[in-house]
Amino acid sequence: MSLSEKDKARIKGFFSLVADQAKDIGHQTLARTLVVYPQTKVYFAHWKDLSPNSPNVKKHGYTVVKGVIDSVDLIDNLNDGLLNLSELHAFRLRIDPANFKILNSNLQIVLAMMYPAEFTPQVHVSVDKYLALLCMGLCEKYR
Amino acid sequence: MVKWTDEERSIINGIFSTLDYEDIGKKALCRCLIVYPWTQRYFGAFGNLYNAETIMCNPLIAAHGTKILHGLDRALKNMDDIKNTYAELSVLHSDTLHVDPDNFRLFSDCLTVVIAAKLGNSFTVDTQVAWQKFLAVVVSALGRQYH
Repeated sequence: MSLSEKDKARIKGFFSLVADQAKDIGHQTLARTLVVYPQTKVYFAHWKDLSPNSPNVKKHGYTVVKGVIDSVDLIDNLNDGLLNLSELHAFRLRIDPANFKILNSNLQIVLAMMYPAEFTPQVHVSVDKYLALLCMGLCEKYR
Repeated sequence: MVKWTDEERSIINGIFSTLDYEDIGKKALCRCLIVYPWTQRYFGAFGNLYNAETIMCNPLIAAHGTKILHGLDRALKNMDDIKNTYAELSVLHSDTLHVDPDNFRLFSDCLTVVIAAKLGNSFTVDTQVAWQKFLAVVVSALGRQYH
């Protein structure tokens, strides 16, 4: 399921539109992931405060979603571009890849909430494909 | 048996009370067919599904979306026994329609996106938890009679 030129245009357009809200998007995405899918909290056992409004959740949510947005620049070769991030997730963080899908699902819910007019079905399918390819790029070094 | 708190019941009833079943049903099903195009395999007799625009103008798809929402309404009205309420529907989807149960999850995801778009900030974290619990029970009940 590779990205067509139309997909790439939609992805670049949509993410440049939402980039200035990355902090809010990131915060909401991670907060919802931790509450709606409590098993994801296992990766944050070292945080004292895992509540939705905690500073850690806000900061880390932003880190993750900024990664998603910044990776749009690597869209013509995601696997190569994500090698360092892949090594981080594979060897140090060792996050079960099933969780990437959970995060993607919550990210899309937040995008729909914040951009109901712009997150059309056509944009949705392109973004869904992009996020799936991002996951594959992140998983590249897993085994 | 699934247990529902008063708050969960209130949240889920609250969501449904805001929904125009025709509008939301159509939007959710169209989104599912566009975002996950392999789901179109079940709609061979529904006319033109050539691209996103024709899907969104297709009256048979719109009608079917409404039907699905009315089906969910049955689960809403029988929240304490969704499993048995949906037993026949589950057999129908398995033995007659031959629908891969993963599609229930795909449709649920699209329905959640449509509802999130409609409710905006009032689709709070607690609302999302209750809503997704409800859909998970529905999806499980629909898949239960597969063999």
